[in-house]
Amino acid sequence: MTAPLLDIDELAVEYRSRARGAVRAVAGVSLSVAAGEIVGLVGESGCGKSSLARAAVGLTAPHAGTVRFDGRPVTPVRWAKRPAAEVGLQMVFQNPYASLNPRRRIGDQIADGLPAGLPREQVRGRVAELLDRVGMGADTAAKYPHQFSGGQRQRLAIARALAGEPSMIIADEPVTALDASSQAQVVNLLVRLVRELGMGMLFISHDLALVRQIADRTAVMYLGKVVEVAPTARLWSAPSHPYTRALIDAVPTIAARPELPAVLAGEVPDPANAPSGCRFRPRCPAAFESCVDEPALLPIGDRASVACWLTTNGATA
Amino acid sequence: MSGSALLSLDRLAVTLPGGVPVIHDATLHVEPGEIVGIAGESGSGKSLTAAALLNLLPAGSRVTGGATFAGEDLLGLDRAGWRRIRGAGISMVFQDPTAALHPMLPIGRQLTEHMRRHLGLSRSDARARAVELLDQVRIPDPQRTLRSYPHQFSGGMRQRVAIAIALACRPKLLIADEPTTALDVTVQAGILALLSRLRDETGLSVLFITHDLGVLSALTSRTYVFYAGRVMETGPTGALLSTPRHPYTAALLGARPHGAAGVGSLRPIPGSPVVPGQAPPGCPFAPRCDFATADCTSAPPEPAPIGTDRLSACPVAPELEVTP
Repeated sequence: MTAPLLDIDELAVEYRSRARGAVRAVAGVSLSVAAGEIVGLVGESGCGKSSLARAAVGLTAPHAGTVRFDGRPVTPVRWAKRPAAEVGLQMVFQNPYASLNPRRRIGDQIADGLPAGLPREQVRGRVAELLDRVGMGADTAAKYPHQFSGGQRQRLAIARALAGEPSMIIADEPVTALDASSQAQVVNLLVRLVRELGMGMLFISHDLALVRQIADRTAVMYLGKVVEVAPTARLWSAPSHPYTRALIDAVPTIAARPELPAVLAGEVPDPANAPSGCRFRPRCPAAFESCVDEPALLPIGDRASVACWLTTNGATA
Repeated sequence: MSGSALLSLDRLAVTLPGGVPVIHDATLHVEPGEIVGIAGESGSGKSLTAAALLNLLPAGSRVTGGATFAGEDLLGLDRAGWRRIRGAGISMVFQDPTAALHPMLPIGRQLTEHMRRHLGLSRSDARARAVELLDQVRIPDPQRTLRSYPHQFSGGMRQRVAIAIALACRPKLLIADEPTTALDVTVQAGILALLSRLRDETGLSVLFITHDLGVLSALTSRTYVFYAGRVMETGPTGALLSTPRHPYTAALLGARPHGAAGVGSLRPIPGSPVVPGQAPPGCPFAPRCDFATADCTSAPPEPAPIGTDRLSACPVAPELEVTP
C-alpha cells in the first residue's frame, strides 16, 4: 500500500482552563486519508471532531502525536510564511459568513492564496478559472461577500481554498449552515473536485446520511477517540460498535410506517471528566464487566477497526 | 375545513414594511392533538407564518386574510388580547436555544416569571410547577437546575429547558421553528420523542417547522410544503413523501441524502430560491421546474384537490416517481 496523503498518528489535543484543568478534546486518534479518497468523520458535538480538524491542518498545536502530510510533518501555523509544501493542505470552514472578509472584494481574497509575485494579468486569469471551477461567473471577482447567498459564499470559500492547488482538503461541517438545495450543490462540488483532481478529503459532519452518501470510509468519534472506522457501506450495513449503531438508529428516515428514531440514553460526558474504561460505557446498552478496561482500536478485517470488547474480546492490544 | 380546528388560516397574506409580499394566500389548519409539519427552504415564509401567529412581525407589516385560534379571530386582537394568547394559548420554541434563554438569569426565574403572570401562581406554586415541567422534559435534578444558568447546560438540555418554558402556561398549540436543526441526531431523537409523548399525554397540538423531511416523516401526521411564501402541496405526511404530487416536493426529496452508500453525489435543485419580492409572475417554482410549460408563467396556480385529503398547486405535473 502506498503511503497515505494525510497521516494522523496518536494525535492528542488538550485545552487548559482554570476552571476545569486540562481538557483532552482529542485523546489519541490515528486516521489516514489517501489521495482520491473521501474519509467521513462523524460524532456528536463536543466529541473532538473540529479540534482534530484544526490540529490536522496546523491551526492548533497538538499536545502529543504527529500529523504528516505527504510524508512531512505538519507544522503549526504561526505569524510566518507557511512552508510551500504545506500549502497543499487546505481547509473549508463551517460558516461561510465568518470565513470571508466582508470588506474585501472576492477576487482579492481568492488571489491571496495564489503564489506571490505573479503578474497581475495572470492573477486575474487564475481567479477567473477558480471561480469557474466552483460554478461562479468571472464578474464575481469584483463583488463583496454580502452580495451572495450562504451556498454561493461557501463555493467562494472553496475557490479560495483551491487557489493553493491543494492535494488535500479538510472540510469541517462545510454544508451544515446551508439549505437543502445549496447543500447538494456544495457537496457535489467537493466530491467532483476530489474525483477529478485526485485530491484527498477529510469530510467532517454530524449529518450521518450525508456522510453515508459520499464517503469511501467513515470514522466515528466519541469523546476524543475514534471508536470505529470502516468502509462506509460496511459501517452502515453492519455497525460493530454500539455507539455507531445508536447514531445510525437516531437518524429519522422517510418510511411508509412512520416511526420515531431510537433514543440513546444520557448525554455526552464532559471531556474534562471522561469515564474510566470504555468511554461509552455509561450510555452503552451492551456494557459488561470487560468494559471497565479501555478497549483498543483493533482491526477487524477489510480496512475496518473497532474499539469494543464485544467484537475484540479475547484479543489483547 | 372542519369546524373543530384549533388553528385555521384562511388565505393569510403578509406584506412586510416596504411592500415586500412574503406570504401569499396561505390556508392551513391544525386540529387539537395533531402534529402538523411545515417544510421549506429559507425564504419560503415558514418562519414568518409562525411570527404572524404570535403577532411578532416587524412593525408596519400588513396581514390580510383570516386567522382563527380556538374560535377567536387573531387578526382582530388588541395588545391585551395578544398577551393572553401568547404563552397561554400559543407558545413557541425557536431554533437556537442559546439565543432564546437569558444568559444572566437562572433557569428558575425564566421558567416561573410568566407562570406567575399568566396563571397567577404564587412564588412557591410556580416553583413546584417548574420542577414538574423540568421533570416532564426529562431534565435530571430539577431542583438544582432551577438555580443553574443556561451556560451550564449542553445545547440539547437548553432546548429541553426552552420547551419547558414554552409549555409552562399549558398552551394548546406549540409552534416549533426548526427546534432540532442545531442539535445532534441523538439529541434530536430525544426531542422528537418528547413532543410525541406530550401530544399523547396532554393533547398538545404542534406546528413543527423544519427542512428535514426525515423528521417530518417520523413525527407529523400532515405536512404543508411552502415555497416562496405559498403552500405548494399539502396532505398526510406519509402519502406526500412517498408519492409527491408537486415537483418542488419531489425536488426536495431528491436533494436529500437518501442513503444508498457510495452513490457519491446528490441531486441538487437547479437554480436558487426566490428572493422575497422578486417572485416571477406565475408559479414561483417554474424557473427551476423540469415540468414547467408556458402556462406556468402566467398566474400562480391555486392548490387543487387530489383525491380526498391532498392539495397540490401544480396542474401540469404527472404523478411523480421518486426513488427514495
